[in-house]
Amino acid sequence: MLTSGFADPIHDAQAAFRALLEAMARPGTIVSLPPCDPPPPLPQAAAAILLTLCDRDTPLWLDGPFATRAVGEWLRFHTASPLVSNPADASFAFACADSAPFDALAPGTDEAPERSATLVLLVEGFRSGRPLRLAGPGIESETVLSVDGVPNAFLGWRARNLALYPRGVDVLLITRTEAIALPRTTVVQEV
Amino acid sequence: MNNTSYTFAYLDEQTKREIRRALLKGLAIPGHQVPFASREMPLARGWGTGGMQVTAAVIGRNDVLKVIDQGADDTTNAVSIRQFFSRVAGVRTTTRTEEATLIQTRHRIPETPLRPGQIMVYQVPQPEPLWRLEPSRAETRRLHALAEYGLMHVKLYEDIAQHGRITLAYDYPVLVHGRYVMAPSPIPAFDNPKLHRSPAIHLFGAGREKRIYAVPPYTDVISLAFEDHPFRPWKAEAACALCGSTESYLDEILIDDRGTRRYICSDTDWCERRRTGGKTA
Ligand SMILES: [Zn+2]
Repeated sequence: MLTSGFADPIHDAQAAFRALLEAMARPGTIVSLPPCDPPPPLPQAAAAILLTLCDRDTPLWLDGPFATRAVGEWLRFHTASPLVSNPADASFAFACADSAPFDALAPGTDEAPERSATLVLLVEGFRSGRPLRLAGPGIESETVLSVDGVPNAFLGWRARNLALYPRGVDVLLITRTEAIALPRTTVVQEV
Repeated sequence: MNNTSYTFAYLDEQTKREIRRALLKGLAIPGHQVPFASREMPLARGWGTGGMQVTAAVIGRNDVLKVIDQGADDTTNAVSIRQFFSRVAGVRTTTRTEEATLIQTRHRIPETPLRPGQIMVYQVPQPEPLWRLEPSRAETRRLHALAEYGLMHVKLYEDIAQHGRITLAYDYPVLVHGRYVMAPSPIPAFDNPKLHRSPAIHLFGAGREKRIYAVPPYTDVISLAFEDHPFRPWKAEAACALCGSTESYLDEILIDDRGTRRYICSDTDWCERRRTGGKTA
């Protein structure tokens, strides 16, 4: 039995997009995404992003734990996106915190920096854990965000990513139902 | 499952997804022009389709839409676009800037300060700020990639040499987040400072040229200038004949055939609110 997508595909996708637009425009803002019922272990928030933004034009890379047969079937039915084995070929990569292929993702080119990957990274929570200081476009002065389960390699990679600007990978941190965006312009530092 | 033959806000879901992806990348790279596969839209003759497509990809049932054409809510174009979206998306419309969640505009930014939670959608005829200086698209892409904007400065400086000041009154180029030179669309240079560190989201759609770009909130947007010739946007030295405003952008109108002129606010909502003393009409 195939688990389902959004209850109301058109309006839920619109609401999810607006949440993601708000998130990308205001880095560090926690947004919730409309519910859907993907096969485990795919988190609802990841599925909402897939249903909203992905289709046959967006190659996907799935981290090992997500790459189950049931998830593959769900994706074939709901997005028809091609699955790629090399993270460098993905326009969206869905990863668990400890095994994200940070430096392997496509940062786009100087002339087409938009042809870069969006990394969707599963963390444990946004209300406790490691405090991070954020600054950059979309943030009035600076904001402090707590992320539980952010991998150790993350901050070093963000600094390398920032140095590539305007090339770079954009990040959506997700929990089960929520998301925070860290576009390439956001300066992320340890408090 | 919902009825899949039903389309909301005119565009099909696949087209919206592509525009939505372009908008998110646009916000991540402020001022950079992201290509998209522009579609035809109805009733946009003389208006252009880029802003309409962006609005269609963004709008939801809970939005309150305002549409302005050169500052006015009541032109034929503004009225028909409002009617179009209230028909295809069932949204509420308004002429009040502060009530709107989504403001589609051709060539003005409202005088009423924007706030967080508002999205501006600009109709853009020409997204390339370097187009008058360099006709080749491949070459302008290369110049943006290198942040090579010397041409633009030379052009502005020639203007100063010839006229003693920068004479450009509309579509005055800006530098966004210290990196990309961007065309703010044909808004008067007077409106440029409203983009700088604005609390709202600004989305730009160019249909014919198939480009989308964006400025997130609280982002540096600096009008190009020189140390000895700072940016000084032009505005008529007059007061609005209807509301007396001296700080709003004014349109000059001829009121008889002897050439008698009057100035009135370009922003009709602002002018009306001032005349009614801010009271709801
Ligand atoms: Zn007035």
